[in-house]
Amino acid sequence: MENMINLTIDGVAVSVPEGSTVLEAARAAHINIPTLCYLKDVQQIGACRLCLVEIEKQRGLPAACVMPVAEGMVVRTNTPALREQRRVNLELLLASHNRECTSCVRSENCELQALCREYGVKEYPFDGAKKETYVDEVSPCVIRDNSKCINCRRCIAACNDVQQIGAIGVSKRGFKTKIGPIFDFSLAQTPCVNCGQCIVACPVGALRERESIDDVWAAIGNPDKYVVVQPAPAVRASIGEEFGLPMGVAQTGKLAAALRRLGFDKVFDTNFGADLTIMEEGNELIERLTKGGALPMITSCSPGWISYCEKFFPEFIPNLSSCKSPHEMEGAMVKSYFAEKMGIDPKSIVVVSVMPCTAKKYEAARPELSNNGMQDVDYVLTVRELARMIKQAGIDFAKLPDEGFDAMLGESTGAADIFGATGGVMEAALRTVYAKVTGKELDKVEFDVVRGTEGVKEASIDLNGTVVNVAVAHGTANAKKVLEAVKNGEKNYHFIEVMCCPGGCVTGGGQPIVSSKDLQYVDLKKVRAQALYNEDAGKALRKSHENPAIKALYDTYLGEVGGHKAHKLLHTTYSQKDKYYC
Amino acid sequence: MALTPEQIAVKTEELKAFIAEHKDMPGPLMPIMQFAQESFGYLSLENMIIIADSLGIPVTEVYGVATFYAQFSLTPKGDNIISVCQGTACYVKGGAQVLARVEKELGITSNETTEDGKFTIQDTRCLGCCGLAPVMTINEDVYGKLTADMIPAILAKY
Repeated sequence: MENMINLTIDGVAVSVPEGSTVLEAARAAHINIPTLCYLKDVQQIGACRLCLVEIEKQRGLPAACVMPVAEGMVVRTNTPALREQRRVNLELLLASHNRECTSCVRSENCELQALCREYGVKEYPFDGAKKETYVDEVSPCVIRDNSKCINCRRCIAACNDVQQIGAIGVSKRGFKTKIGPIFDFSLAQTPCVNCGQCIVACPVGALRERESIDDVWAAIGNPDKYVVVQPAPAVRASIGEEFGLPMGVAQTGKLAAALRRLGFDKVFDTNFGADLTIMEEGNELIERLTKGGALPMITSCSPGWISYCEKFFPEFIPNLSSCKSPHEMEGAMVKSYFAEKMGIDPKSIVVVSVMPCTAKKYEAARPELSNNGMQDVDYVLTVRELARMIKQAGIDFAKLPDEGFDAMLGESTGAADIFGATGGVMEAALRTVYAKVTGKELDKVEFDVVRGTEGVKEASIDLNGTVVNVAVAHGTANAKKVLEAVKNGEKNYHFIEVMCCPGGCVTGGGQPIVSSKDLQYVDLKKVRAQALYNEDAGKALRKSHENPAIKALYDTYLGEVGGHKAHKLLHTTYSQKDKYYC
Repeated sequence: MALTPEQIAVKTEELKAFIAEHKDMPGPLMPIMQFAQESFGYLSLENMIIIADSLGIPVTEVYGVATFYAQFSLTPKGDNIISVCQGTACYVKGGAQVLARVEKELGITSNETTEDGKFTIQDTRCLGCCGLAPVMTINEDVYGKLTADMIPAILAKY
């Protein structure tokens, strides 16, 4: 039994576990203390001075996010003096802030803007020197605009502490304090793996994705182009949030309808590519287990993870599955199989992927991921960009009817839906590998042991006498733990799933941004994953090898799973990359 | 003088040995950075990576410390180190104008090094000879009772 501490906040009696902070206690009692630098599970450093409170018998105004509760403590969060001090602190932040809110991508979803509104900031009494500003636009995925940075350091905590990448930090001091890479490098010159976790951690508009919206509109508007779109599994889990629909409810039907109304010529589904990935990756695993090859085999769907492996653990490159990621497989099939069947010149086809991910933008441009001089995927949009396009097009998303994806490359099984959650690729693979190895179908398709948001999950799966040891890691810090255990010989796995982002793609760097305040009350990783598990549970077919469209693809075009043609179109290579490019 | 590749190789080994000796003591970062600064005259990216990797911390953290404290330099120091005193006595006697002239003549600002590697201007407070204010030193040479007009001729000697 945890030791409970009793205190009074704004006259309300509150009881919380020992070790809680005043902020946590207040939020547990639904008293909202404002914050900027605080982000649950990511950072609490008491730097922004917004969460100031008054505590009886204590001097000064302590920061609630770092102040531990004590028995009998009497806290006030809402006095005239506090409101005044918080407003002044906001005004001080605004003094050097780039206030071009109307053209800022985070307008209406900016924590600073929301607080200024709440606290009635009406003028800029401290208008003085502006910070030295620069915009880093070199990275194919992440853009940094320091003129909007408020030095809250949430991006650094996400990069350094959560992901343990260390691409950005704080340099200099005082007014010259700067957040960013060392030596004014671009992010593209650093160990950055493009995961975008800094973007979803940023309370303001200092970090954003490189937009491809204009390019996609231009392609749609070009009569000579045949434009095909495909959304990733995790997109259906979150897109509704952008339009005020409840969290944790998949909007697959409305998503397909919206994409069709945007003017795409074909609305396919990366889910098909996910089923296809399982066919190839499952086969690759069985080959490595039976005929030899680098073990443990590690999944290759997550481009942030691939970059991390190439930069931080190049010795594991032979262990990576050679499979392209699902949307790359889908793109390759659009420009070969689909083009051939439909008699369309593949050069006129433009493939657009909607992804929960910023790293997919880098991946799409990798020279290895092409065929006959054409990139498999031409443009990648994040979920946020797609939402902007839907709004620009005047589509009332919430009122759309449910529609389906187009045939040939749009059919999928439940195994594909769960790709977006940590453990999902593993579970989908096990469903098919079990059938291939044992010749029997599973009675119960759910592998509960690889579900959930624990950092590292392990299981031993009995495939008719052959025991396969598997591990699932999400977030690069957990990946590092697993890889080091393998390297030191402490662990002996056959198959590892790694997703770069904590929680997997459902909480990827291209997903809708949820404010620090809302994150206090919702476990985003679990809620969005549940949307995908519900999709899976609702499908008649839940194993990739049962997808009839996949069978048709192999029967009429690719030939054998893992065969020559499949290898040419669906597999790729990796290479060691430097952490710093000068 | 710029270090030769051989000197760099020797000093790098010395740095690694120093790190090995000190990495397990409490708060090893500052003494290790000071050693590298002292030995190389500045903190190169290569050395910051060596320090970060051996302490298991991101390079950004080493860089953050290096840019926080004035004692660290990120660029090699020039052959001649110029210190124009900005202490109280020199300041009231026109030290700021002297510094401004040095900066203008060399085309760099304080704590920078000229492109040819010849001069570095170093942030300086009191040099301890206020009777000579405003005062400037270049290496071991002391120049006192300066006016801005005297600067070009002095710099020309180096």
